Amino acid sequence: MQNRIAEKFRELAEKGESALICYVVAGYPDTGTSKQVINALVNGGADIIEVGIPFSDPIADGPTIQAASNAALRKGMTPEKALHLVSNVRKQHPSLPLFAMTYSNILVRAGIEKFMSESKQSGLDGFILPDMPIEEADIYSLTASKLDLATVFLVSPNTPEARLRKIVASTTGFIYVVSVYGITGARNSFQKYTLDTIRAVKQVSGAKVPVAVGFGISTPAHVKSIIAAGAEAVIIGSAVINKMSDESGKKMLEDLRNFARSMKKACKNE
Amino acid sequence: MLGSYPIDGKFGKYGGKYIPETLAPAIEELESAYEKYKNDPDFQNELSYYLTEYAGRPTPLYFAKNLTRHLGGAKIYLKREDLLHGGAHKINNTLGQALLAKKMGKKRIIAETGAGQHGVGTAIACAVLGLSAEIFMGAKDFERQKLNVFRMELLGARVYPVKSGSKTLKDAINEAIRDWIANVKTTYYLIGSAVGPHPYPMMVRDFQSVIGREIKQQIWEIEGTMPNALVACVGGGSNAIGSFYTFLDNKDVVLYGVEAGGKGINSGKHSASLAAGSEGILHGMFTCILQDECGQVVETHSISAGLDYPGVGPEHAMLKELKRARYAASTDQEAIEGFLALSRFEGIIPALEPSHAISYAMKLAEEMKKDDIIVVTLSGRGDKDVEIVQDYLNKNNTKKKTKNAK
Repeated sequence: MQNRIAEKFRELAEKGESALICYVVAGYPDTGTSKQVINALVNGGADIIEVGIPFSDPIADGPTIQAASNAALRKGMTPEKALHLVSNVRKQHPSLPLFAMTYSNILVRAGIEKFMSESKQSGLDGFILPDMPIEEADIYSLTASKLDLATVFLVSPNTPEARLRKIVASTTGFIYVVSVYGITGARNSFQKYTLDTIRAVKQVSGAKVPVAVGFGISTPAHVKSIIAAGAEAVIIGSAVINKMSDESGKKMLEDLRNFARSMKKACKNE
Repeated sequence: MLGSYPIDGKFGKYGGKYIPETLAPAIEELESAYEKYKNDPDFQNELSYYLTEYAGRPTPLYFAKNLTRHLGGAKIYLKREDLLHGGAHKINNTLGQALLAKKMGKKRIIAETGAGQHGVGTAIACAVLGLSAEIFMGAKDFERQKLNVFRMELLGARVYPVKSGSKTLKDAINEAIRDWIANVKTTYYLIGSAVGPHPYPMMVRDFQSVIGREIKQQIWEIEGTMPNALVACVGGGSNAIGSFYTFLDNKDVVLYGVEAGGKGINSGKHSASLAAGSEGILHGMFTCILQDECGQVVETHSISAGLDYPGVGPEHAMLKELKRARYAASTDQEAIEGFLALSRFEGIIPALEPSHAISYAMKLAEEMKKDDIIVVTLSGRGDKDVEIVQDYLNKNNTKKKTKNAK
């Protein structure tokens, strides 16, 4: 429901906080642990969760998410099981905004309307499809609007202004600003052009939709500089998954909770 | 039909540009550059110069009289793309795109390669045009095709083994796309077949359609008529669409695309995306792909690396839907038979890719009338495949021997 998203951003704005969006790969490290991973992140302060539905050929993803997606697929994760995970999470967190991040073929294969309507029933609030540009999005956007699901389109540092305006007009969830030229994956620092991009996007998006920034964010210092540039949310993906590679069980969940807590503190500018 | 599509980057419902946002401006830049140079006489003259003086165009249209006599059916002509510099039709496209990249001011060229043919084609074009080439190659292919890696390196290219996914061609394309996203301002992605997001399928078809234009003129000069059938192999489908395109409005010319049937369509071990695939999105295009029920792309098999691809160019998907072209499959075994027949009867060792087309044309010839004409596009020479064929024959002979011994 789009209301959950709007409500969350309103609530955070009142408190003067930015949103912490965390990405997890459904089925990584395994199906059972996925839900605990989400709980740990939410307990640590994550405001919104992106559930990655793994795809065999993730062209916008770097090595970390590729490896996690492959591992999940090998263990038998499917789009159907991912939606089952979503519905379990939904039961426990009735007001948590939940997005699916996946590639267009997952929807196309099942039938766009069928898959989106099943997603809606499982308790999903919206979609992020990194290989669905606005030119190809007519059916997707129409279906989303019929089902009251949010669409998230991406903006890149090289997006021209005229195109940016069209993207903002097509977006109902939040604008996903890709922070860098490149694919997903933790980075050490950001260049000036990233912050310039955020400012430029915020100028166009205004009060219509919130602006979230993702790709490469891995430290509280990154979060602070991105929020200072005007972003209303940060998206942490590969850095979350990196916390999961080495540790397992209780220790891993504790690490994730602490990591989310430290990133959320930065979102509160503490 | 000619020139009536793509409309908004679509071949019917197929094609499009399902790409990450960072590539959208780059694709737009490419589209407008191609529109500009496509009709620019200087560009066309320069390309034509390289195709003629450097690559060896026009290629002969050769009447395979021994094979024809042996089969006792329709006349078989071979379009000798195997005689081009580099040994395959790939250079028609690599010279065209590399020249375009140069006009666009892009000095760094990236490309994917399966067994190495397109990588070599790209390295050749970049060497002669003074561009830098970096080639992505699946780690498995990198190991299997060490000699082609060395060949690319000799030509000045850098070759990177891709260790993600299934470590083959489709992953090499994924990695090339990822590199392009990261280096979009400086880099030109030179894709090797009529696949990928618009405008690539159209552009690669245009560069390859020199094959069909020459066939049309040559067969007219030799036979004074149009052929009854064209036969070409289809992986991504660039030599096939290059052969077919000029003939699309000649409705009496039957167009046959031959995919890799591997160990048989029912075995599941094949690369026949049109014959056995379903609609989906891969590498930026909506087309027919080989995938499971969940939309995950599956691993493919073919004895010929050049056909071992889980997708197909969107124009072929459209031509199949419109029934303007027919698509069939030849198995590994049939391709080997075509390979052996052409070697023995005509003294031409074909690549395993067009061996699929030859095998199918041989069957077709037997069913057709003696004065009918079939043109087969012989898209590459077979030197690269000699070892694979030797292995295949050894294994199969061994099997027979053990059976006999029992």
